[in-house]
Amino acid sequence: MRIAIIDTSETRAAIIADGLRDAGLDDQVVIDPAGPLARQIEACAPEVVLINLENPSRDLLEDFFAMSRVLGRPIAMFVDQSDAESALAAVDAGVSAYVVDGLARQRIKPVLDVAIRRFQAFSRLQAELAEAKTALADRQTIDRAKAILMRRRGIDEPAAYALLRGHAMQSNRRIAEVAEAIVTSEALMGDLP
Amino acid sequence: MSTERFRIGFLPLVDAALPILAQELGFAEAEGLALDLVRDVTWATVRDRLLYGHTDAAHMVAPLAIASALGRDRPPTAMAVPFVLGLNGNAITFSTALGEACGLGDTLGDPHTVGAALRSVAGTRRLRFGVVHRYSSHNYMLRYWLAGVGIRPDADVEIVVTSPPFAADALASGEVDGICVGEPWNSIAVDRGVGRIALATAQIWRRGVEKVLAMRADVAAERADATQRLIRALHAAAAHFVRPETAETNAAILARPAYLDAPADAILRAITDRIRLVQGGEPVHYPDFMFQHREAANFPWRSQAAWLYAQMTRWDGRGYDAGDAAIAAATFRPDLYRAALAGSGAVLPGASSKLEGALGEPIGAGSTQGRLMLGNDRFFDGRAFDPDDIPGYLAALP
Repeated sequence: MRIAIIDTSETRAAIIADGLRDAGLDDQVVIDPAGPLARQIEACAPEVVLINLENPSRDLLEDFFAMSRVLGRPIAMFVDQSDAESALAAVDAGVSAYVVDGLARQRIKPVLDVAIRRFQAFSRLQAELAEAKTALADRQTIDRAKAILMRRRGIDEPAAYALLRGHAMQSNRRIAEVAEAIVTSEALMGDLP
Repeated sequence: MSTERFRIGFLPLVDAALPILAQELGFAEAEGLALDLVRDVTWATVRDRLLYGHTDAAHMVAPLAIASALGRDRPPTAMAVPFVLGLNGNAITFSTALGEACGLGDTLGDPHTVGAALRSVAGTRRLRFGVVHRYSSHNYMLRYWLAGVGIRPDADVEIVVTSPPFAADALASGEVDGICVGEPWNSIAVDRGVGRIALATAQIWRRGVEKVLAMRADVAAERADATQRLIRALHAAAAHFVRPETAETNAAILARPAYLDAPADAILRAITDRIRLVQGGEPVHYPDFMFQHREAANFPWRSQAAWLYAQMTRWDGRGYDAGDAAIAAATFRPDLYRAALAGSGAVLPGASSKLEGALGEPIGAGSTQGRLMLGNDRFFDGRAFDPDDIPGYLAALP
């Protein structure tokens, strides 16, 4: 069963392709989202097309399928109406699948299951990355706030940090938030006597 | 009254205004609702989230709601359209080169004159137009006009699909020679200097049905009370939206990154019916460019759904089917609209269907509540549409 993968993120496309391969689904084509979509799909004649829900080409793709230029057969999304549960799981994960009408449900189900799991793994990865970025930004802000306190109050680094932490605990805020406020007020009023 | 949450899908377009304003300005809160607005970039995604229960309702191109009910490209799902979010509001924009070839001026041209000029250009090279979805009013409005001026869609010109936020790019890259899209995307093409507005779709059909509030019929039935409150909130937001003194604030809200993420001045032009046709030009005032709320514009006339079905069958080659026509018309739900607004002072038409395109002058019409005036609703070719005789109407079209 040939599967085409269209994803704006190359990393995610690779993650999905890997997952499908692990499940023994080797016949895959990764479509270049920047290239001519219709021609690429026509050339590989897939039975299933996996595309992410945020892809701006989805309307174009549907129009193209509706004209049935590729396969000369109608296309349906997901498996069929009776399988609303896996359809919802796919929408939840952010994946959309186009399936050639008549393809048995038991054949498409494993493809969809793998795609859903892989999409979820990818979004977890993204969330972790975002968290790491925030943590880094927090640390930088705290360092800047400490430097300001050390200079303005003439104290050393441990004392500056203790001051920050003490204030955060008292006001029930995160240290990074207090640091942010110090950096902002320094930017606005640092030159005032 | 406890607060009930309602998730509403939308695309970044000026006519997504009512659900956005209902939430931002407290009209939803007044009805005990909190609206979570879910933005997407394609109609396919807006529809999928709605069909599979990710959203409870959606801002949607009217024909797509009908196509979903009829099972076009998808297994059929019963749909309910209890409220029309707006009439008109789209334009046809030519690439700068095509605009020059057709001799477009700095005022809105006449559809027949522009059409004749386009026909002569189309005879020399193969033109390509972009619309926002296969099942969109844009597609049908463009095709209605082209066919009416003697240009055969699909045979003489090609019509392809492009998402609204990418329409200006498609013009800029020469991928298409013209686009039919909603605002602010025509104005953005003009301001970028890649296109010239040729016609407002209101010139093709003065009261053309555009975006609707679409729901799954089972959700509308299960959440009947919340649906009524949503209709009332949208109706109140619409009354606010058409007050001229609110235009600037409304434009600023819509322009926010979470909503349209587009320049406020382009949005303001659309909602005040003042359209800049060429880069750097003075905006032209076209009174019915975007039409909201007045003349019971939010009322879901079954005859409007029937017109869209007639166009669908005209262009998709499947032929007229009386059963499909009945499903299409029944997708629009004047009963839900009336039930929600009874006793509120809103204008409630007595009929659920009317002859479309028959009025040249404003006229009083029957209503069960309030006073209903209907204005000019003509098609550019002067034809009228009788929803009870779709086959006869189709047979008479070019």
